Amino acid sequence: MKVVIIDYGAGNTRSVSMALERLGAEAILSSDVAEISSADKVIFPGVGHARPAMQALRQRGLDIAIPQLKQPLLGICLGMQLLCAHTDEGDTPCLGVFDQRVRLFPPDLKVPHMGWNTTIALRAGDVFPSGWYYFVHSYYVPANADTALTCHYIHDFSAAMRRNNFYAVQFHPEKSGTAGELLLSQFLKL
Amino acid sequence: MLAKRIIPCLDIKDGRTVKGVNFENLLDAGDPVELAALYAGKGADELVFLDITATLEKRKTLYAMVEQVASRINIPFTVGGGISELADVGILLNSGADKISINSAAVRRPQLISEIADKYGNQCVVVAIDARREKDKWIVYLNGGRLHTGLELFAWAAEAERLGAGEILFTSMDHDGTKEGFAIDALSHMTQTVNIPVIASGGAGTMAHFADVFTQGAADAALAASIFHFREVAIPELKQYLMHHNIPIRL
Repeated sequence: MKVVIIDYGAGNTRSVSMALERLGAEAILSSDVAEISSADKVIFPGVGHARPAMQALRQRGLDIAIPQLKQPLLGICLGMQLLCAHTDEGDTPCLGVFDQRVRLFPPDLKVPHMGWNTTIALRAGDVFPSGWYYFVHSYYVPANADTALTCHYIHDFSAAMRRNNFYAVQFHPEKSGTAGELLLSQFLKL
Repeated sequence: MLAKRIIPCLDIKDGRTVKGVNFENLLDAGDPVELAALYAGKGADELVFLDITATLEKRKTLYAMVEQVASRINIPFTVGGGISELADVGILLNSGADKISINSAAVRRPQLISEIADKYGNQCVVVAIDARREKDKWIVYLNGGRLHTGLELFAWAAEAERLGAGEILFTSMDHDGTKEGFAIDALSHMTQTVNIPVIASGGAGTMAHFADVFTQGAADAALAASIFHFREVAIPELKQYLMHHNIPIRL
Protein backbone atom coordinates (compact mmCIF):
# COMPACT_ATOMS: atom_id res chain seq x y z
CA MET A 1 0.00 0.00 0.00
CA LYS A 2 1.28 3.44 -0.91
CA VAL A 3 0.63 6.17 1.66
CA VAL A 4 1.60 9.71 0.73
CA ILE A 5 1.75 12.61 3.18
CA ILE A 6 1.29 15.90 1.35
CA ASP A 7 4.40 17.96 2.08
CA TYR A 8 3.81 21.62 1.30
CA GLY A 9 5.98 23.23 3.95
CA ALA A 10 3.13 23.81 6.40
CA GLY A 11 3.36 21.62 9.35
CA ASN A 12 4.45 18.73 11.32
CA THR A 13 4.72 16.01 8.67
CA ARG A 14 7.37 14.38 10.82
CA SER A 15 5.11 13.40 13.70
CA VAL A 16 2.47 12.10 11.28
CA SER A 17 4.98 9.88 9.48
CA MET A 18 6.34 8.63 12.80
CA ALA A 19 2.81 7.72 13.93
CA LEU A 20 2.26 5.79 10.70
CA GLU A 21 5.58 4.01 11.21
CA ARG A 22 4.43 2.89 14.66
CA LEU A 23 1.48 1.28 12.87
CA GLY A 24 3.82 -0.47 10.46
CA ALA A 25 3.02 1.75 7.46
CA GLU A 26 5.74 3.46 5.48
CA ALA A 27 4.70 6.86 4.21
CA ILE A 28 6.22 8.97 1.47
CA LEU A 29 6.43 12.74 1.84
CA SER A 30 5.63 14.47 -1.42
CA SER A 31 4.36 17.67 -2.97
CA ASP A 32 4.29 16.14 -6.45
CA VAL A 33 0.81 15.95 -8.00
CA ALA A 34 1.56 12.71 -9.92
CA GLU A 35 2.99 11.02 -6.83
CA ILE A 36 0.04 12.08 -4.68
CA SER A 37 -2.52 11.04 -7.30
CA SER A 38 -1.03 7.55 -7.52
CA ALA A 39 -1.23 6.92 -3.74
CA ASP A 40 -3.63 4.45 -2.16
CA LYS A 41 -4.11 6.76 0.82
CA VAL A 42 -3.33 10.45 1.15
CA ILE A 43 -2.74 12.33 4.36
CA PHE A 44 -3.07 16.12 4.33
CA PRO A 45 -1.59 17.56 7.53
CA GLY A 46 -1.14 21.18 8.43
CA VAL A 47 -0.05 23.48 11.22
CA GLY A 48 0.22 27.24 11.05
CA HIS A 49 -1.57 30.04 9.27
CA ALA A 50 -4.11 29.34 6.51
CA ARG A 51 -3.06 32.07 4.09
CA PRO A 52 0.60 31.07 3.51
CA ALA A 53 -0.52 27.43 3.54
CA MET A 54 -3.00 28.05 0.68
CA GLN A 55 -0.30 29.98 -1.17
CA ALA A 56 2.06 27.02 -0.82
CA LEU A 57 -0.64 24.69 -2.20
CA ARG A 58 -1.31 26.97 -5.18
CA GLN A 59 2.41 27.23 -6.01
CA ARG A 60 2.49 23.44 -6.35
CA GLY A 61 -0.81 23.08 -8.22
CA LEU A 62 -2.21 21.22 -5.24
CA ASP A 63 -5.22 23.53 -4.89
CA ILE A 64 -6.52 22.00 -8.15
CA ALA A 65 -5.28 18.45 -7.57
CA ILE A 66 -6.46 17.79 -4.01
CA PRO A 67 -10.24 18.29 -4.57
CA GLN A 68 -10.03 15.91 -7.57
CA LEU A 69 -8.46 13.01 -5.67
CA LYS A 70 -10.50 9.79 -5.70
CA GLN A 71 -8.66 7.74 -3.04
CA PRO A 72 -9.29 8.13 0.71
CA LEU A 73 -7.74 11.37 1.99
CA LEU A 74 -7.40 12.35 5.64
CA GLY A 75 -7.08 16.06 6.44
CA ILE A 76 -5.59 16.83 9.86
CA CYS A 77 -6.02 20.09 11.83
CA LEU A 78 -5.24 22.95 9.42
CA GLY A 79 -5.58 20.33 6.65
CA MET A 80 -9.23 19.91 7.61
CA GLN A 81 -9.81 23.67 7.65
CA LEU A 82 -8.19 24.08 4.23
CA LEU A 83 -10.60 21.47 2.83
CA CYS A 84 -13.46 23.89 3.62
CA ALA A 85 -14.69 26.67 1.33
CA HIS A 86 -13.32 29.61 3.25
CA THR A 87 -11.57 30.48 6.50
CA ASP A 88 -11.77 33.70 8.46
CA GLU A 89 -8.06 33.26 9.21
CA GLY A 90 -6.58 35.89 6.92
CA ASP A 91 -9.96 35.93 5.06
CA THR A 92 -8.67 33.09 2.89
CA PRO A 93 -10.57 31.16 0.19
CA CYS A 94 -9.82 27.44 0.55
CA LEU A 95 -10.29 24.18 -1.35
CA GLY A 96 -14.08 23.88 -1.14
CA VAL A 97 -14.42 20.12 -0.60
CA PHE A 98 -16.59 20.85 2.43
CA ASP A 99 -19.04 23.69 1.89
CA GLN A 100 -18.18 25.38 5.18
CA ARG A 101 -16.81 28.63 6.53
CA VAL A 102 -14.10 28.26 9.20
CA ARG A 103 -14.53 30.66 12.11
CA LEU A 104 -12.45 32.05 14.97
CA PHE A 105 -13.43 31.02 18.50
CA PRO A 106 -14.74 34.02 20.46
CA PRO A 107 -12.64 34.81 23.55
CA ASP A 108 -15.30 33.46 25.94
CA LEU A 109 -12.80 30.82 27.02
CA LYS A 110 -9.08 30.51 26.44
CA VAL A 111 -8.02 30.48 22.81
CA PRO A 112 -6.42 28.36 21.39
CA HIS A 113 -8.54 25.39 22.41
CA MET A 114 -5.62 23.31 23.61
CA GLY A 115 -5.60 19.88 25.19
CA TRP A 116 -7.62 16.68 25.36
CA ASN A 117 -11.34 16.88 24.74
CA THR A 118 -14.14 14.36 24.33
CA THR A 119 -15.99 13.78 21.08
CA ILE A 120 -19.44 12.40 20.32
CA ALA A 121 -20.22 10.31 17.24
CA LEU A 122 -23.15 11.61 15.18
CA ARG A 123 -23.24 8.72 12.76
CA ALA A 124 -22.05 5.14 12.64
CA GLY A 125 -19.93 3.42 10.05
CA ASP A 126 -17.15 5.97 9.55
CA VAL A 127 -13.53 5.49 10.58
CA PHE A 128 -13.86 7.89 13.49
CA PRO A 129 -14.33 6.28 16.92
CA SER A 130 -15.65 8.69 19.55
CA GLY A 131 -13.33 9.31 22.49
CA TRP A 132 -10.59 11.60 23.81
CA TYR A 133 -8.42 13.40 21.29
CA TYR A 134 -5.73 16.07 21.49
CA PHE A 135 -6.72 19.43 20.00
CA VAL A 136 -4.76 22.63 19.31
CA HIS A 137 -6.63 25.23 17.28
CA SER A 138 -8.08 28.74 17.36
CA TYR A 139 -10.44 28.37 14.38
CA TYR A 140 -13.23 25.83 14.08
CA VAL A 141 -15.66 24.36 11.57
CA PRO A 142 -19.28 24.60 12.79
CA ALA A 143 -21.23 21.35 13.04
CA ASN A 144 -22.84 20.56 9.68
CA ALA A 145 -24.32 17.76 7.57
CA ASP A 146 -20.86 16.23 6.95
CA THR A 147 -19.92 16.19 10.65
CA ALA A 148 -19.13 12.71 11.97
CA LEU A 149 -17.81 13.65 15.44
CA THR A 150 -18.70 16.74 17.42
CA CYS A 151 -16.73 18.33 20.22
CA HIS A 152 -17.80 21.09 22.55
CA TYR A 153 -15.67 24.15 23.33
CA ILE A 154 -17.54 27.46 23.52
CA HIS A 155 -19.68 26.01 20.68
CA ASP A 156 -20.38 22.55 19.35
CA PHE A 157 -18.00 22.21 16.44
CA SER A 158 -16.86 19.57 13.95
CA ALA A 159 -14.16 17.32 15.40
CA ALA A 160 -14.37 15.05 12.35
CA MET A 161 -16.11 15.25 8.97
CA ARG A 162 -16.54 13.05 5.96
CA ARG A 163 -17.77 13.63 2.45
CA ASN A 164 -17.27 10.77 -0.04
CA ASN A 165 -13.53 9.90 -0.02
CA PHE A 166 -12.61 13.00 1.99
CA TYR A 167 -12.08 12.41 5.70
CA ALA A 168 -10.99 15.19 8.04
CA VAL A 169 -10.20 15.63 11.72
CA GLN A 170 -9.65 18.83 13.68
CA PHE A 171 -7.59 17.06 16.37
CA HIS A 172 -4.18 15.44 16.03
CA PRO A 173 -4.62 11.65 15.81
CA GLU A 174 -0.83 11.29 15.67
CA LYS A 175 -0.66 12.78 19.20
CA SER A 176 -3.87 11.32 20.61
CA GLY A 177 -2.56 8.18 22.27
CA THR A 178 -4.20 4.85 21.52
CA ALA A 179 -7.48 6.49 20.37
CA GLY A 180 -5.58 8.33 17.64
CA GLU A 181 -3.70 5.19 16.65
CA LEU A 182 -6.97 3.29 16.27
CA LEU A 183 -8.37 6.01 14.02
CA LEU A 184 -5.25 6.06 11.83
CA SER A 185 -5.18 2.28 11.53
CA GLN A 186 -8.86 2.23 10.54
CA PHE A 187 -8.18 4.87 7.92
CA LEU A 188 -5.28 2.82 6.54
CA LYS A 189 -7.61 -0.20 6.25
CA LEU A 190 -10.17 1.61 4.09
CA MET B 1 -15.31 18.75 28.04
CA LEU B 2 -11.73 19.97 27.88
CA ALA B 3 -9.66 17.92 30.33
CA LYS B 4 -7.24 19.26 32.89
CA ARG B 5 -3.79 17.97 32.00
CA ILE B 6 -1.30 16.02 34.13
CA ILE B 7 2.28 16.59 32.98
CA PRO B 8 5.32 14.72 34.33
CA CYS B 9 8.55 16.68 33.88
CA LEU B 10 11.85 14.93 33.11
CA ASP B 11 15.17 16.67 33.73
CA ILE B 12 17.66 15.77 31.03
CA LYS B 13 21.44 16.02 31.14
CA ASP B 14 23.55 14.77 28.24
CA GLY B 15 20.54 12.92 26.87
CA ARG B 16 19.80 11.06 30.13
CA THR B 17 17.22 11.66 32.86
CA VAL B 18 18.69 12.95 36.10
CA LYS B 19 17.56 13.85 39.61
CA GLY B 20 16.77 10.24 40.28
CA VAL B 21 13.95 8.05 39.22
CA ASN B 22 12.65 5.15 41.26
CA PHE B 23 10.80 2.68 39.08
CA GLU B 24 10.79 -1.06 38.97
CA ASN B 25 10.42 -2.81 35.64
CA LEU B 26 12.48 -0.22 33.83
CA LEU B 27 15.51 -1.66 32.09
CA ASP B 28 17.25 1.67 32.30
CA ALA B 29 15.73 4.36 34.51
CA GLY B 30 18.08 6.92 33.02
CA ASP B 31 16.71 6.42 29.54
CA PRO B 32 14.27 9.28 28.84
CA VAL B 33 12.57 7.35 26.06
CA GLU B 34 11.75 4.43 28.29
CA LEU B 35 10.51 6.66 31.09
CA ALA B 36 8.46 8.73 28.64
CA ALA B 37 6.83 5.59 27.23
CA LEU B 38 6.02 4.43 30.74
CA TYR B 39 4.35 7.74 31.66
CA ALA B 40 2.43 7.85 28.37
CA GLY B 41 1.19 4.34 29.06
CA LYS B 42 0.04 5.31 32.55
CA GLY B 43 -2.08 8.17 31.25
CA ALA B 44 0.17 11.25 31.29
CA ASP B 45 -1.49 13.85 29.06
CA GLU B 46 1.74 15.50 27.96
CA LEU B 47 5.42 15.41 28.85
CA VAL B 48 7.97 18.14 29.45
CA PHE B 49 11.69 17.54 28.97
CA LEU B 50 13.92 20.13 30.58
CA ASP B 51 17.49 20.03 29.32
CA ILE B 52 20.04 21.10 31.91
CA THR B 53 23.06 20.16 29.81
CA ALA B 54 25.86 22.57 30.47
CA THR B 55 27.68 22.59 27.17
CA LEU B 56 26.64 23.39 23.63
CA GLU B 57 28.42 20.34 22.22
CA LYS B 58 26.07 18.10 24.13
CA ARG B 59 23.04 19.65 22.46
CA LYS B 60 23.35 17.10 19.66
CA THR B 61 22.64 14.40 22.22
CA LEU B 62 19.44 16.24 23.12
CA TYR B 63 18.33 16.40 19.49
CA ALA B 64 18.90 12.65 19.12
CA MET B 65 16.89 12.05 22.28
CA VAL B 66 14.02 14.21 20.99
CA GLU B 67 13.93 12.13 17.80
CA GLN B 68 13.78 8.91 19.76
CA VAL B 69 11.03 10.21 22.01
CA ALA B 70 9.03 11.41 19.00
CA SER B 71 9.32 8.07 17.27
CA ARG B 72 8.07 6.15 20.32
CA ILE B 73 5.61 8.46 22.11
CA ASN B 74 2.05 9.13 20.93
CA ILE B 75 1.25 12.10 23.17
CA PRO B 76 2.44 15.72 22.86
CA PHE B 77 5.72 16.78 24.42
CA THR B 78 7.56 20.01 25.13
CA VAL B 79 11.31 20.54 25.22
CA GLY B 80 12.90 23.38 27.18
CA GLY B 81 16.29 24.50 28.42
CA GLY B 82 19.08 26.31 26.66
CA ILE B 83 17.00 27.70 23.80
CA SER B 84 18.28 31.15 22.94
CA GLU B 85 17.50 31.68 19.28
CA LEU B 86 15.09 30.81 16.50
CA ALA B 87 17.51 28.27 14.97
CA ASP B 88 17.44 26.16 18.18
CA VAL B 89 13.65 26.02 17.92
CA GLY B 90 13.69 24.84 14.31
CA ILE B 91 15.99 21.91 15.12
CA LEU B 92 13.89 20.79 18.09
CA LEU B 93 10.56 21.00 16.22
CA ASN B 94 12.01 19.24 13.20
CA SER B 95 13.34 16.54 15.49
CA GLY B 96 9.76 15.90 16.57
CA ALA B 97 9.05 18.13 19.58
CA ASP B 98 5.52 19.59 19.59
CA LYS B 99 6.31 22.65 21.66
CA ILE B 100 9.36 24.40 23.02
CA SER B 101 9.66 26.22 26.30
CA ILE B 102 11.73 29.37 26.73
CA ASN B 103 12.58 31.14 29.95
CA SER B 104 15.69 33.36 30.29
CA ALA B 105 15.98 33.98 26.56
CA ALA B 106 12.44 35.41 26.53
CA VAL B 107 13.25 37.78 29.40
CA ARG B 108 16.51 38.89 27.80
CA ARG B 109 14.94 39.38 24.37
CA PRO B 110 11.11 39.32 24.48
CA GLN B 111 10.93 39.65 20.69
CA LEU B 112 12.09 36.02 20.48
CA ILE B 113 8.57 35.00 21.55
CA SER B 114 7.09 36.78 18.51
CA GLU B 115 9.73 35.40 16.18
CA ILE B 116 8.94 31.83 17.18
CA ALA B 117 5.17 32.41 17.17
CA ASP B 118 5.29 34.03 13.72
CA LYS B 119 7.33 31.24 12.21
CA TYR B 120 5.88 28.17 13.93
CA GLY B 121 2.60 29.33 15.48
CA ASN B 122 1.61 30.40 19.00
CA GLN B 123 0.66 26.84 19.92
CA CYS B 124 4.29 25.72 20.11
CA VAL B 125 5.60 28.56 22.32
CA VAL B 126 5.51 27.89 26.04
CA VAL B 127 6.90 30.75 28.11
CA ALA B 128 8.26 29.41 31.40
CA ILE B 129 8.39 31.83 34.31
CA ASP B 130 10.05 31.24 37.69
CA ALA B 131 8.94 33.67 40.36
CA ARG B 132 8.91 34.21 44.10
CA ARG B 133 6.91 36.44 46.37
CA GLU B 134 8.61 39.50 47.80
CA LYS B 135 6.45 41.49 50.21
CA ASP B 136 3.26 42.04 48.21
CA LYS B 137 4.71 41.37 44.76
CA TRP B 138 5.68 38.31 42.73
CA ILE B 139 9.08 38.87 41.11
CA VAL B 140 10.52 36.96 38.12
CA TYR B 141 13.89 35.27 38.61
CA LEU B 142 16.33 33.67 36.17
CA ASN B 143 19.19 31.18 36.46
CA GLY B 144 17.50 28.95 38.99
CA GLY B 145 16.70 31.84 41.27
CA ARG B 146 20.07 33.54 41.31
CA LEU B 147 19.15 36.46 39.10
CA HIS B 148 16.49 38.96 40.17
CA THR B 149 14.98 40.56 37.05
CA GLY B 150 12.84 43.26 38.62
CA LEU B 151 9.97 42.07 36.39
CA GLU B 152 6.61 41.63 38.04
CA LEU B 153 5.13 38.18 37.37
CA PHE B 154 1.65 39.06 36.15
CA ALA B 155 2.82 41.96 34.00
CA TRP B 156 5.44 39.72 32.37
CA ALA B 157 2.92 36.92 31.76
CA ALA B 158 0.53 39.40 30.10
CA GLU B 159 3.38 40.75 27.98
CA ALA B 160 4.38 37.21 26.95
CA GLU B 161 0.79 36.53 25.86
CA ARG B 162 0.69 39.78 23.90
CA LEU B 163 3.94 38.82 22.12
CA GLY B 164 2.51 35.46 21.06
CA ALA B 165 3.04 32.90 23.82
CA GLY B 166 0.65 29.95 23.52
CA GLU B 167 0.95 28.85 27.14
CA ILE B 168 2.49 30.00 30.42
CA LEU B 169 4.39 27.53 32.60
CA PHE B 170 4.54 29.19 36.01
CA THR B 171 6.83 27.79 38.69
CA SER B 172 6.57 29.21 42.17
CA MET B 173 10.07 29.07 43.65
CA ASP B 174 8.53 29.50 47.10
CA HIS B 175 6.61 26.25 46.64
CA ASP B 176 8.97 24.20 44.47
CA GLY B 177 10.33 21.22 46.39
CA THR B 178 8.19 21.82 49.49
CA LYS B 179 5.48 19.25 48.60
CA GLU B 180 3.06 21.49 50.49
CA GLY B 181 0.85 22.43 47.56
CA PHE B 182 0.87 24.75 44.58
CA ALA B 183 0.86 28.56 44.73
CA ILE B 184 -2.93 28.71 44.55
CA ASP B 185 -3.43 32.47 45.01
CA ALA B 186 -0.83 33.43 42.44
CA LEU B 187 -2.17 30.85 39.99
CA SER B 188 -5.71 32.04 40.45
CA HIS B 189 -4.56 35.59 39.70
CA MET B 190 -2.53 34.35 36.73
CA THR B 191 -5.44 32.46 35.15
CA GLN B 192 -7.55 35.62 35.40
CA THR B 193 -4.77 37.77 33.94
CA VAL B 194 -4.08 35.84 30.73
CA ASN B 195 -6.41 34.16 28.24
CA ILE B 196 -4.00 31.36 27.31
CA PRO B 197 -3.55 28.05 29.17
CA VAL B 198 -1.56 28.13 32.40
CA ILE B 199 0.53 25.17 33.57
CA ALA B 200 1.08 25.13 37.33
CA SER B 201 4.43 23.96 38.66
CA GLY B 202 6.04 23.73 42.08
CA GLY B 203 4.71 22.28 45.31
CA ALA B 204 2.86 19.10 44.32
CA GLY B 205 2.93 16.64 47.20
CA THR B 206 -0.46 14.95 47.39
CA MET B 207 -3.42 14.19 45.15
CA ALA B 208 -5.42 16.84 47.01
CA HIS B 209 -2.90 19.45 45.88
CA PHE B 210 -3.81 18.68 42.27
CA ALA B 211 -7.52 19.00 43.00
CA ASP B 212 -6.86 22.38 44.64
CA VAL B 213 -4.74 23.71 41.78
CA PHE B 214 -7.47 22.87 39.26
CA THR B 215 -10.48 24.08 41.27
CA GLN B 216 -9.15 27.01 43.32
CA GLY B 217 -6.16 27.87 41.14
CA ALA B 218 -8.10 27.34 37.88
CA ALA B 219 -4.92 25.99 36.28
CA ASP B 220 -5.30 24.23 32.93
CA ALA B 221 -2.51 21.76 33.61
CA ALA B 222 -0.32 20.70 36.50
CA LEU B 223 3.31 19.71 36.21
CA ALA B 224 5.31 17.65 38.69
CA ALA B 225 8.54 15.69 38.74
CA SER B 226 9.76 13.94 41.85
CA ILE B 227 6.39 12.74 43.19
CA PHE B 228 5.93 10.85 39.94
CA HIS B 229 9.53 9.68 39.62
CA PHE B 230 9.55 8.36 43.21
CA ARG B 231 6.04 6.92 42.89
CA GLU B 232 4.63 8.96 45.76
CA VAL B 233 1.67 9.70 43.50
CA ALA B 234 0.74 7.35 40.65
CA ILE B 235 -0.90 8.90 37.60
CA PRO B 236 -3.77 6.38 37.23
CA GLU B 237 -4.79 6.78 40.91
CA LEU B 238 -4.39 10.55 40.67
CA LYS B 239 -6.71 10.68 37.67
CA GLN B 240 -9.31 8.49 39.40
CA TYR B 241 -9.12 10.74 42.44
CA LEU B 242 -9.60 13.89 40.37
CA MET B 243 -12.52 12.37 38.51
CA HIS B 244 -14.22 11.54 41.80
CA HIS B 245 -13.79 15.21 42.66
CA ASN B 246 -15.65 16.18 39.47
CA ILE B 247 -12.58 17.53 37.72
CA PRO B 248 -12.60 16.85 33.97
CA ILE B 249 -9.85 14.33 33.34
CA ARG B 250 -9.00 12.07 30.42
CA LEU B 251 -9.19 8.43 31.44
